[in-house]
Amino acid sequence: MIEEKYESISPADFFYRNKEIAGFDNPARATYTILRELVENSLDSCENNGITPDVEIRMIRINDTNGVLTSKISENGDLFKIRVIDNGGGVPQEHIPLAFGQVFYGSKYRLKQARGLFGLGGKMAILYGQITANTTVEVASATLGSRFVHYYELMIDITKNKPLQLKRKILENTDGWHGTMISFSFIGDYYKAKSRIIEYLWQTSIILPYASIKFIDPDGVMYAFERKTESMPKRPREILPHPHGVDVELLKRLIIKSKGMTLKEFLIENFQRVGPKKAEKFLGYAGFQPDLRVEKLNQDMIAKLSAAMKNFSEFLPPDASGLSPIGKELLKIGIEESTDAEFVHVVQRPPSSYEGHPFIVETAIAYGGKIQPAGEGEVNLYRFANKIPLLYDVYNDVSMKVIKKIDWNNYKLKIYNEPIAFFVHICSTKIPYKTVGKEYIAEQPEVAREIELGLRENARYLSAYLSRKRVEEMSRTRLNVLSKYLKLIAKYSSELTGLPELVNLPTETQIEEVVKQ
Amino acid sequence: MSMNEDRIHVSERLKLLGLEVYKQLESGMYPKIKLPVRSVSNIIYDQEKGVVKLGEKMSIRSSSNIKQSKAFARLMWVAAFAKTNLVDKGKSCSLRDLYYHSFNDEVIKFDEQDESDNVVIELESILGVPRETFNILPEEKSSIFGDLMIEYTTPESHAGLRVNLMSDPDGKNIGLSIATAKFIETSAKMVIAVEKGAMFRRFIEEGLYNRLNAILIDTGGQAPRFTRIVIRRLHEELGLPVYILTDADPWGMHIARVITSGSAQAAHIPFLATPNAKWIGIWATDIKKYELPALKLNAIDTQRLTTLERDPRYNDGIWAEQLKSFKKIGLKAELEAFSKYGLTAIIDRYILKKIKNIEKDI
Repeated sequence: MIEEKYESISPADFFYRNKEIAGFDNPARATYTILRELVENSLDSCENNGITPDVEIRMIRINDTNGVLTSKISENGDLFKIRVIDNGGGVPQEHIPLAFGQVFYGSKYRLKQARGLFGLGGKMAILYGQITANTTVEVASATLGSRFVHYYELMIDITKNKPLQLKRKILENTDGWHGTMISFSFIGDYYKAKSRIIEYLWQTSIILPYASIKFIDPDGVMYAFERKTESMPKRPREILPHPHGVDVELLKRLIIKSKGMTLKEFLIENFQRVGPKKAEKFLGYAGFQPDLRVEKLNQDMIAKLSAAMKNFSEFLPPDASGLSPIGKELLKIGIEESTDAEFVHVVQRPPSSYEGHPFIVETAIAYGGKIQPAGEGEVNLYRFANKIPLLYDVYNDVSMKVIKKIDWNNYKLKIYNEPIAFFVHICSTKIPYKTVGKEYIAEQPEVAREIELGLRENARYLSAYLSRKRVEEMSRTRLNVLSKYLKLIAKYSSELTGLPELVNLPTETQIEEVVKQ
Repeated sequence: MSMNEDRIHVSERLKLLGLEVYKQLESGMYPKIKLPVRSVSNIIYDQEKGVVKLGEKMSIRSSSNIKQSKAFARLMWVAAFAKTNLVDKGKSCSLRDLYYHSFNDEVIKFDEQDESDNVVIELESILGVPRETFNILPEEKSSIFGDLMIEYTTPESHAGLRVNLMSDPDGKNIGLSIATAKFIETSAKMVIAVEKGAMFRRFIEEGLYNRLNAILIDTGGQAPRFTRIVIRRLHEELGLPVYILTDADPWGMHIARVITSGSAQAAHIPFLATPNAKWIGIWATDIKKYELPALKLNAIDTQRLTTLERDPRYNDGIWAEQLKSFKKIGLKAELEAFSKYGLTAIIDRYILKKIKNIEKDI
């Protein structure tokens, strides 16, 4: 008999051992992921405080890597230093060490639409930097109205999942700055990641036309994505979970929090859109006494309750006020400014839900401008989930499958050969990603249906636009032909009569009337 | 309505056409003009006058119609060209000249001569006069011979010059100059038109013109429009009866019919016809009567007969009678067939008798 050895590992240790899960599997991918995680944290920090984001990213290449590389680095790559500065709400100074030095610590555990859910990505980036470059992370932050800027230099104690505070400074905030600066080194491959990064920033500027993003790359080239509008979408509210979207684990946690409550009180208190009547009706359906204390529920009863919550059909549909769609106006601005398209049409579908999770789909179609025909079998499709561009695995995505399913001939659109681009934005408290890598969205029927309805409406509008345009072009051609001959007719009528040649021929508007007949 | 009068008025008519268009343009409108419909549905046979002519149907050509604006401009181009380059300068050109002249203007330029010919026909139908009056001339060949003193009016170089049409034993080519000449003096009592140059020559050589006191005309097959104009003038101005002689087949018969009643192609200018002219043969019935060497009608001949059967011009009289006869006997014969009886037999045995008989009938 072999004796097995059991040991617990810290979350930081776990991610260190499984870094490929979070998108750090090679230096190029890691470079892209680090930049993205930091930018998204910055954008969230701005938006949560209702501030139009100003994000500046700078990456420099550090030539001398001697003595810096640890033996743990096996891949090729260069040493880079990244620094991201935003104008967000900042991090209260007492939270800084934990927020940047402990995995699973953060502000995003509540249920509302946000870019990341578990505050994980940023710390994974820091952790990756520490592992590959063996250097510290520098953080400076000032909250709104703060008289001081708090500066920390930290490392993560991987085995204990604890921050190691190496330096701390408090500086006078002389120019009223607020926001966060983060900077650390890592081994990466910028040149392989470059096109992805630029694409990511460009697409981000489409979905966030109110953000200004500047990126100075290791070659010293600046990519500036200017702010196109000052208005921002409404901020999402925090909402309670919907009964349909709850699993046993969440139920247990909520029960622990709710000791002393009756089942009826528990339901009303912890779930959205459940009132006293609905709670009683549900409990009757599930076979529980409304005044049963929650701590009396055993394992089996919890499982039974959970199943009943999923199956009860009379709960109201999920509340979508926790969502923050971009909105027709802003999305239109973002697409128009980024593509110079001659025609853009945006649809925002009404809120819908799957498995108790509310979601809103926004779709857009754009024609012309810088958009190039995609080519046979290809589609210009830009996907966004909770305001994040999705760059990988486009052909597995639900939007692509919907597009391939639609018969575009019905709309007289040649999606492969005409300069057409599609945009799909899904916002939800839980995006139905297909994989851990969060690169593409599963074919959830409710979601697919909303995407299809949105795209079909877009197509109708584009189709109408194009046929109007064709008619106008035809009219213009006809107008040219008519006036060409009319000039000759005038010339020869004057030759025949010996009268002076007429120059004031019937006006163009009159010709247009004739053409319309 | 004479050729010369038409020629005097045509310049004015062209100007009026220009004015009609000019006035519409001046008032800010897209010019429209009316023109007679020339399709079969609008070609009618005037029983009373014995001529083919166009009906009342008119079509509108509008410069605001994308499909018509080019044709409109081309029509105006031809009209302006005819007036300023031809009529007003006393010059002439052929249909082919006109076609090539259009190459000067990239927009107007005709791809095929058919197209420019067609515009000329349109202009004829609008003005109601043949193109010869505005000096666009055919290239067909036909001749005239006989005692007729004419005085040229055109070209200017020859105006006032007098010639007797007997002076040239080969006959004189019928063109604009003869068609527009004044007829001064003649001793002739009749006109004989024959469809073949060889017969025309024989009639001169054999002195037929003297024996019958006739002016001879070679129509050169289907009579060209100048020839029809001259025939009509000889009949109307000099009061001469006209006799037409053709092969005995559907084609010959129709040559005679076009001289008497006009052609469908020129239905818009019906006054080219000479309804009183007489077809004196060779008739189908003459083939048996004179025991002429004959050939069987071939498929094309038969088809032609069927077409003519549907033509209102063949509904009655000699035309209906001979058409039926051709169908019945299924034979045809040429004028030369009389040579079986000797080279002058056609004169001695046929023409003289036939004319006498026909005049008797009337």
